[in-house]
Amino acid sequence: METFIGQPVKRREDDRFLKGAGKYTDDIKLPGMTHSAFVRSPYAHARILSIDTSKAKTAEGVVAIYTAEDGCGAFGVPCGWQVDFKNGETMREPQHPLLAKDKIRHVGEAVAIVIAETQELARDAAELVQVSYEGLPAVTCPKKAMEPGAPKVHDEWEDNASFDWCIGNDRAAVEAALEKAHHVTEMTYKNHRVAPNAIEPRSYIADYDVNGDKWTLYTSTQNPHLIRLLLCAFALGIPEHKVRVVSYDVGGGFGSKIYHYTEEALLTWASKEIGRPVKWTSDRTEAFLTDAHGRDHIVHSKMGFDKDGKIVAHLTDEYCAMGAYLSTFAPAVPTYLHGTLFQGVYTTPLIHLNVVAPFTHTVAVDAYRGAGRPEATYLLERIMSKAAKEMAIDPAELRFKNFIPPFDGVKEPGYQTQVALQYDSGNYEAVLKRGLEMLGYEDFRMDQAEARKNGKLLGVGISTYIEGCGIAPSAVVGALGARAGLYEVGHVRVQPTGKVSVFTGAHSHGQGHETVFAQFVADKLGISMDDVDIVHGDTDQVAFGMGTYGSRSLSVGGSAIIKSIDKILEKGAKIAAHKLEAAEEDLEYAEGKWKVKGTDKSISFGDVSLTAYVPHDYPEGLEPGLDFSSFYDPTNFTYPFGTHIAVVEVCADTGKVTLQRFVACDDVGNVMNPMIVDGQIHGGVVQGVGQALLEEVVFDGEGQMATGSYMDYAMPRADDVPMIETDRTTTPCPHNPLGVKGAGEAGAIGSTPAVVNAVVDALSHLGVTDIQMPVTPQRVWKAMQSKK
Amino acid sequence: MIPAKFEYKRASSVSEAISMLGEHGMDAKLVSGGHSLVPAMKLRMSRPEVLIDIKRIPGLDIITEEGNEIVIGANCTHTQVMRSELVQKDVNIVYQAVSRIGDIQIRNRGTIGGSLAHADPSSDYPAVVLACDAKIEVEGGNGKRSIDAKDFFLGIFTTALEEDEIITAVRFPKVANGTYFKFYQSASRFAVVGVAAVKEGDHVKVGVTGVAGTPYRATAVENAYSGNGDAAEHAVDGIDDIMSDHFADEEYRAHLAKVMVRKALEAVN
Repeated sequence: METFIGQPVKRREDDRFLKGAGKYTDDIKLPGMTHSAFVRSPYAHARILSIDTSKAKTAEGVVAIYTAEDGCGAFGVPCGWQVDFKNGETMREPQHPLLAKDKIRHVGEAVAIVIAETQELARDAAELVQVSYEGLPAVTCPKKAMEPGAPKVHDEWEDNASFDWCIGNDRAAVEAALEKAHHVTEMTYKNHRVAPNAIEPRSYIADYDVNGDKWTLYTSTQNPHLIRLLLCAFALGIPEHKVRVVSYDVGGGFGSKIYHYTEEALLTWASKEIGRPVKWTSDRTEAFLTDAHGRDHIVHSKMGFDKDGKIVAHLTDEYCAMGAYLSTFAPAVPTYLHGTLFQGVYTTPLIHLNVVAPFTHTVAVDAYRGAGRPEATYLLERIMSKAAKEMAIDPAELRFKNFIPPFDGVKEPGYQTQVALQYDSGNYEAVLKRGLEMLGYEDFRMDQAEARKNGKLLGVGISTYIEGCGIAPSAVVGALGARAGLYEVGHVRVQPTGKVSVFTGAHSHGQGHETVFAQFVADKLGISMDDVDIVHGDTDQVAFGMGTYGSRSLSVGGSAIIKSIDKILEKGAKIAAHKLEAAEEDLEYAEGKWKVKGTDKSISFGDVSLTAYVPHDYPEGLEPGLDFSSFYDPTNFTYPFGTHIAVVEVCADTGKVTLQRFVACDDVGNVMNPMIVDGQIHGGVVQGVGQALLEEVVFDGEGQMATGSYMDYAMPRADDVPMIETDRTTTPCPHNPLGVKGAGEAGAIGSTPAVVNAVVDALSHLGVTDIQMPVTPQRVWKAMQSKK
Repeated sequence: MIPAKFEYKRASSVSEAISMLGEHGMDAKLVSGGHSLVPAMKLRMSRPEVLIDIKRIPGLDIITEEGNEIVIGANCTHTQVMRSELVQKDVNIVYQAVSRIGDIQIRNRGTIGGSLAHADPSSDYPAVVLACDAKIEVEGGNGKRSIDAKDFFLGIFTTALEEDEIITAVRFPKVANGTYFKFYQSASRFAVVGVAAVKEGDHVKVGVTGVAGTPYRATAVENAYSGNGDAAEHAVDGIDDIMSDHFADEEYRAHLAKVMVRKALEAVN
């Protein structure tokens, strides 16, 4: 019988995607639907002196115009994570209004919504809304935001800090160890801000139905249930059971579609006001200005080593931008998703991280593919390679010296870090060994020496990452400030004909759940994949769910489905035993049949399903039906790891970096579909390469975004990357039923430092020790010039 | 990304287009491929009241050989120019430049006339028409005239075209030894620096785009040229408006200009 787990099954959803038949929010057209456009601030920081909508209200096709004065969403959109000051002071949490009132805090902040019969008329009328501003000085850099006299984002507090937090060992002990260290490597740099750039811009339709007093919100989100919860319980204060949130096909998120945005709440409010559906689809300019960004850390770090190259202590201070308001998960990103990974894959005995998170006059910063872990990995892997150079130890050798020894989490216990977490299982030496072998590391070093003689600048960069995903045990994250549980729901409904509908709270916005989930469901039930349908993205169909981010769908969402399948097989066995007139313990389930052991008596899954719904000859006392829903709350995070190695050539004349090779050996635990895992790694690597070489959000002194379009914001293109060479080792996750760890973010986490390490390596003989990302031709050239 | 309202008119001949331009003056814009104008209109940075579509005017989309010249009609798309055997054989430098404009979709829509009339200081064609001493043929209310490339570009997005004039063709003298080097901006893939060099006898003609607000002939390089790349040191002599952005500040751009000029000089040697 055909089995599917571990097979490169082609993605079922691609048929409709490739034919242009996907159903995205903007494709939906409802009867009587209106369209909206936002009036947005051109200032980063300003006082609103007046708003005059009189001219716009009389424009052709205008249905309604609302400003903050109209009382929309008095509560604002909430933040879902609380990170308090280390001195005990509560996190400073400003109200995030749906429309700006009195004060503007970032370019693109909405001042008014214009609703009209068509999108064109809404745009035209929006231009007629006259807003008078008094421009004020702005601050966009998180470090400058903490300097005395910096322009304040929120007037109610004495400075711009949202919180000042730390994790790890006692700071004094870490400092003392650094004092005594044989060698200390120091780095100061910016992990710069990037824009998420999902190919589908955000799009929402709110539809209030007076019959039954119900709302439907169609939204391009990664987590429809979470949006419903935040919308109902916080932003608008409307009854959750009267609201349906639907998120069909979504064209990429990378984190940016996790959050509850002001536009979602405002449209939902406005739809009831006008009694008609209202749609808004972001254009690309609005996406740059209003989608939550990623990264934006300013880092100062010291790592101390003993004379043998063993790490003795690590101390880091960071300023991490929050933006103008706290986005849904923003406070968690530079703290619990970041500091908790400072152990890396090394046995560092003493670690301390301090994070100051200021408000800035910019759009919010929140989770972006990897969310805090790429920033941690970048720091550890850059500083390890810099230290190796300073101590004249090969960078691979320095890593081997410091690796945590292998542990499987079953025979050997998990590894307790200095920064709160316990790793599940790992074998870090094995992935680096394999990565070096794939590259031909020793041969490369010889080629490099030869190339240098000819004036050619070749470099290799290694990164050995770990990440924490499969988020998350609810009690753990609750203790860390999360205001939500992070379990998942898996509901399996066996239909009378034996066809299976699976309702998952995870959400696919490019990941391929419809294929992968069907693969393991079909295998576990011993049926065909064609008989399994995966349903997601509709709160009326799926009982509950926390959505997809943090590489959690398979490890958490998949586990919930497994729990329901176990319940189905358990109940099915009772029915089968009754029909076969055998004892349950004498049955075995294989290839879609319950069989009486040692006989040829059996009953198929389909017959049992039918019996469950036509219970004429049925076990006494057993409920009819085969339909189970389960909540799965993981007992730990999962910890994928791997080695990424980049080879670059730098043009000595222009500074341009050409990525020649990219080797990725990842360990994501057990693999359901190797083709999809490869695809996730490829995509993640390109995204990480994008940050390393190309992408950067730049603000000018007034807080204007200088990179608000693809004319100025450089995305990686196919010709910017070589063929990516992938391989895997397999260290199963010991604490979930499929043994999976997650693969969605690994590529973006491991790749960035590998590329920058390679560039610095290519220039190391010239005396270059660091280059600020993105490593543009100009920056490389200037680095070379500075050493002349 | 929705433009402001505009009226759309289609011209069926050059004279009709000219009379439409005469009628609407500053309120009108010509459109052919629309690959520069339409994005600006969608951002509402450009808001013409009348759009005059000249794309379907017959006879403006042909490439011909006239004696020692190759004449490219203003409506020829970049792809059409790139694929022309005449261009590849007799003005290969044009082929080199055009094949590096944007991507396939852009080359399929954008036209030579549109690109020159738009006069983006970072576009590729200006360097080439300058180095080739091409002539821009135009027609307007006062009849036809031919503008030397060196007199055509007046500044950022500014040309010698009168309000009612249309580019009808570009006349390139055949080039036996010419080359185009481009260092592209990684987001837009326009030229941070584009250098066209044409060698005639012992002399070289060098056109530079992307460096200054106005594309220019690097006469200091031409004067200092002695058969190798050393004259590249003079690539920005006398240029006082070197552009600066987050991809390339003045210092780096000037350096890149020298590097690209050197490559071009060495290539035509």
